Amino acid sequence: MSLALDIAWPRADFQLNVDCEFPDSGITALFGRSGSGKTTLLRCVAGLERALRASVRFNGDVWQNDRRFLPPHQRPLGYVFQESSLFPHLDARGNLEYGLRRVPAARRRIGFDQAVQFMGLESLLAHRANELSGGQRQRVAIARALLTSPQLLLMDEPLSNLDLASRSEILPHLERLHDELSIPIVYVSHEISDVMRIADHIALLEAGSVRAFGSIHDLLTRPDLPLAHLEEAGSIFEGVIAQHDAQYHLSYVGITAGRLAISLRAAPVGQRVRVRIDARDVSLALKPPEQSSITNILPGRVMDVSDDRDPAQRLVRIDVGGRPLLARITLRSVAQLRIAAGMALYAQVKSVALMD
Amino acid sequence: MTASLYSPDDLVALWISLKLATVTVVLLLLLCTPLAWWLAMTRSRLRVVGEAMAALPLVLPPTVLGFYLLLFLGPHGWGGRLMHQLGMQPLAFSFGGLVLGSMLYSMPFVIQPLQSAFQSVGARALEVAATLRASPLDRFFTVALPLARRGFITGSVLAFAHTLGEFGVVLMLGGNIPGRTQTASIVIFNHVEAFDFTAAQRLSATLLGACFALLLIVYAANRRVAETAAVA
Repeated sequence: MSLALDIAWPRADFQLNVDCEFPDSGITALFGRSGSGKTTLLRCVAGLERALRASVRFNGDVWQNDRRFLPPHQRPLGYVFQESSLFPHLDARGNLEYGLRRVPAARRRIGFDQAVQFMGLESLLAHRANELSGGQRQRVAIARALLTSPQLLLMDEPLSNLDLASRSEILPHLERLHDELSIPIVYVSHEISDVMRIADHIALLEAGSVRAFGSIHDLLTRPDLPLAHLEEAGSIFEGVIAQHDAQYHLSYVGITAGRLAISLRAAPVGQRVRVRIDARDVSLALKPPEQSSITNILPGRVMDVSDDRDPAQRLVRIDVGGRPLLARITLRSVAQLRIAAGMALYAQVKSVALMD
Repeated sequence: MTASLYSPDDLVALWISLKLATVTVVLLLLLCTPLAWWLAMTRSRLRVVGEAMAALPLVLPPTVLGFYLLLFLGPHGWGGRLMHQLGMQPLAFSFGGLVLGSMLYSMPFVIQPLQSAFQSVGARALEVAATLRASPLDRFFTVALPLARRGFITGSVLAFAHTLGEFGVVLMLGGNIPGRTQTASIVIFNHVEAFDFTAAQRLSATLLGACFALLLIVYAANRRVAETAAVA
């Protein structure tokens, strides 16, 4: 049960060459620089482009092969375009109902009121596209796609034309989408911070080919891939809000390897959260540090030590409770501490960001 | 009041002009919508041929157009013979012939605004509709047509006004039969020929006023549509 792609398509500036199977749950980020074929690949999945030689199958249904090409309006998917794509001749309600009306009642799994409430559109229904802000338009567009009760949601950089305020207005909705509606999402992005926040899997596209595909934890920290060498490289941990400490204004997040302190949050105890630890905020110690100002200390075992962009620095990947943690430390420290694969040590985490 | 202003022949001619323009516009909209859609959407090399043919009546002298149509529809033309074999009335010197001539003559005024309106709808809006489960025909009626309505208003009014004023084609093709093919513009010509400048004046002013009022409607409607349909 998944989205299985086998596409070979020579284009003017690159050759799309993808043989990949995406999982049918969670958010899969198609990540790559512009011109790497992300959007083209997404359009092939939707049937908006007809690749020369392609096999596209979703949960066993053939959407395209050598003999068959299912047109886009017959594929049970939703598509959110990069720029505002609301119909200008309809108000927000008309836009939302456009897709809803075309889905037989028996196949509807998401109701009008549910989608409106989900994306927070109650006060916008009577407005036309030109009366809405960029963020509001994109929220309507997402709800409109949801109202077709898609089995697969394709999103083509839905936040890239929005300012920071609008992005943070939409991102929480996307996370809830993922948690509550359990629709698999393929999300095209070239913004690593968005990917770190919402993706479960990453397909890394380079020049039309999938260079690597895997879980976000793996791909963010693999030293042979460019993601680990980005300035903002880091690792992701899933956890649960374990406890609040009002006296020191801290909240504790429990992860497999231990407990991380973050600034006090209003989130209820027990809520699932995702935290991000930047590689540059991790330092390493051979013994559990005593009398240190750093509260977050995780025991782990070194997986590998690799070159980084800056010759003065090394990337150390550490297995922390079964998840990889990325640390960017100086070559000098690696030499002095004699850090090598297999070594047990302690990672001191200077700052942890809760992704919400 | 009208009785004192217009002679019965004038009134009949005005009525024929009005009827001709209305029938022509309705038929042109039906015929040109699919043609303009094809011209707007196709990537075929035949498009330039289609565009050139659709624009031909713009540059062709109306008398030339009328002359060829007369040859084609006359009793010795193959159009005329075909109609005779089918047991139909010949089109030359009849209202039907006028309609055919007017349609050819005014076609560019419908096709070109429609084509550019369809082009400005853009591929994206239709793709969005496709991902919202709309079939191609559904997309055409629920997205392309409403978004292209400016083109429909412009095309209809231009063709209507253009047909009202046509002279050469009508004269060549329809002759000048009062009560059947004699349109207002021809009656004006007859009045001038007969040195009845007052009568020509009355009818001319009527056509001038009607055409101006129509254009006023187009531009006012276009402004309103532009305001409501603007994509921010």
